[in-house]
Amino acid sequence: MNPSTGSGTGYGSTVSTGQGVWLVAERELSTKLRSKAYLISTGILLLIALAGVIWAGVASATPSSTPIAATSTAASALQGAEGYKITDVSDRAEAEKLVADGTVDAAVIDDSSSPTGMVIIADKEAPQSLLMMLSESPPVELLNPDAGAGGLRYLLGIGFGLVFMMSAITFGSPIATSVVEEKQTRVIEILLSTIPARVLLAGKVIGNTLLTISQILLLVVVGAIGLMVSGQTAVLQGIGGPIAWFAVFFFFGFILLAAMFAAAGSMVSRQEDVGATMTPVMYLTMIPYFLVIFFGDNPVVMTVLSYVPFSAPVGMPIRLFFNEAAWWEPLASLAIMLVACVVVVLIGAKIYENSLLKMGARVKLREALRG
Amino acid sequence: MTSGTLQLTGITKSYGTRLVLDDVTFPVVAGHLTGFVGGNGAGKTTTMRIVLGLLASDGGSVTLGGTTLTPDARRQFGYMPEERGLYPKMKVLEQVVYFARLHGFSKTDATSHATALLEELGLGERLNDNIEALSLGNQQRAQIAASLVHDPEVLILDEPFSGLDPLAVEKVAGVLQERAARGVSVLFSSHQLDVVERLCDDLVIIAGGTIRAAGPRDQLREQHSAPRWELESNGDVGWLREEPGVTVVDFEGGNAVFDTDDPASAQRVLRRALQDGDVSRFGPQHPTLAQIFKEVIQ
Repeated sequence: MNPSTGSGTGYGSTVSTGQGVWLVAERELSTKLRSKAYLISTGILLLIALAGVIWAGVASATPSSTPIAATSTAASALQGAEGYKITDVSDRAEAEKLVADGTVDAAVIDDSSSPTGMVIIADKEAPQSLLMMLSESPPVELLNPDAGAGGLRYLLGIGFGLVFMMSAITFGSPIATSVVEEKQTRVIEILLSTIPARVLLAGKVIGNTLLTISQILLLVVVGAIGLMVSGQTAVLQGIGGPIAWFAVFFFFGFILLAAMFAAAGSMVSRQEDVGATMTPVMYLTMIPYFLVIFFGDNPVVMTVLSYVPFSAPVGMPIRLFFNEAAWWEPLASLAIMLVACVVVVLIGAKIYENSLLKMGARVKLREALRG
Repeated sequence: MTSGTLQLTGITKSYGTRLVLDDVTFPVVAGHLTGFVGGNGAGKTTTMRIVLGLLASDGGSVTLGGTTLTPDARRQFGYMPEERGLYPKMKVLEQVVYFARLHGFSKTDATSHATALLEELGLGERLNDNIEALSLGNQQRAQIAASLVHDPEVLILDEPFSGLDPLAVEKVAGVLQERAARGVSVLFSSHQLDVVERLCDDLVIIAGGTIRAAGPRDQLREQHSAPRWELESNGDVGWLREEPGVTVVDFEGGNAVFDTDDPASAQRVLRRALQDGDVSRFGPQHPTLAQIFKEVIQ
């Protein structure tokens, strides 16, 4: 075996930076994709998302089929009201019969003695919505109308916040543990005698970011399919833009977090210790979630949150959904995010490079930064 | 294909106020197996890490064939760290292929190379087993494969033989000798002095961060041989005690070990012994590496 002919192209050359990064990223990807735990948890996550969307669709569609019996005059009063399936009846006796045998939930018939000119006949309880619709309420004038629907804002906050927090933790913390694994098994020494630390870090961050983004995209696709299947296309149109922005912000936000998780992992030598350095990063991913939920209706806080790199993936899409942000605002926020991303990745890389070969006790942050 | 001598010159390194390497200078000659011997904490691993660029030295230089090493040049070295470690959940072949590819091999070349090497090291049956499923000795062979797979011109192995059974030691030794014969510079540390003694062309002995002895094995042996002789005969050699210029070290019947002031005295002793009876053995006694080691580290 003559090495100068046996190894072909490879002999005596080191790998280029790009190739090295890709090889590391590829290993991260293939290791994950082959792990049963990962595949099963992904499957479960997607099923839950699909079930949730379809359930929401079915639940909102159900009231449309409330069966009602009505005489012709009463039926004209119900005209244009959504959510009722009206059966025409000629008189009170026929209506009572339908209510009694359960064909309809309630019947509306003319009665001149009633102040509204109508009477509702029901078995045990009259449907609330029907009562509300047929009763007369005084007009209401609000002096300080709420800008957006409070409930929906809250829901969106929980939705985006939860997806951001859960994915950041689910996909970010394995980066830290994989860095510790390399330190603990000392494979790191071979790796660093082969490729520069920055190539290793870049490969890890890129591999895991690709994995996470593909998972988020899969979730979005499954969600969209669920919405279409259950006939909620209107929701889909309203939320499409904000979701796209969420994905863009999430992409860069995750790179930033991935670098931090890698740096956190590099500072310890044993899996048992990684919790201590990873906790601050975990808090950073939880903050946007809680702030958006608690201060969702405070325009000042929301504006600030939509510009701070960690909370922008959650804050900005919500403001966009309620048309509170000008067209340039997501771009400005994205620019801030990119700058933060570069700065944090550089700091993370420094900590990573300085700590990788330090075994034993936890590396102090100051020491890791100074080198 | 030799890359020339790997030369360490005046390497110093301190951790804080503790000086761990002091003016470490020695060559690793291309085509030679160089044994690096020293007690625990003598500075072997630190020296190796500095050669590989994993650690920066405080002073001194490392050159290969006369030119200062660039980071890229160091990354072509093969390295086996003292603390064993590979990815536990990766398959043996996959892992070795991964390292070959990180060294710039194409996937096909990496695979054929890694397969051949693992077979050579006796792991042909275990290619698709996870590392964690292998015995420690086999993990070690996989590790050696990882350090050799890119056909490095310089090989740095930290304790390659520890934890191997005698057959595995032979196998690994054979692979290293074959590499050296091709012109590779091989530097390895070991606590197994008998193995080092048998394998190495050159020896480097380090203690307390300073090089105590370095050079070709046979030359070191000669330098550290006291002028000591061994005699085995069937006569009584009691007269040796009275012989001028001779100091008896050990004596029993016709057998004796003795030091002389010059080679001529030894020849005189031999002639005298032959007059008294038959001599079955006579010659200079060479110190073992263990003896040299003990002597130089004191």
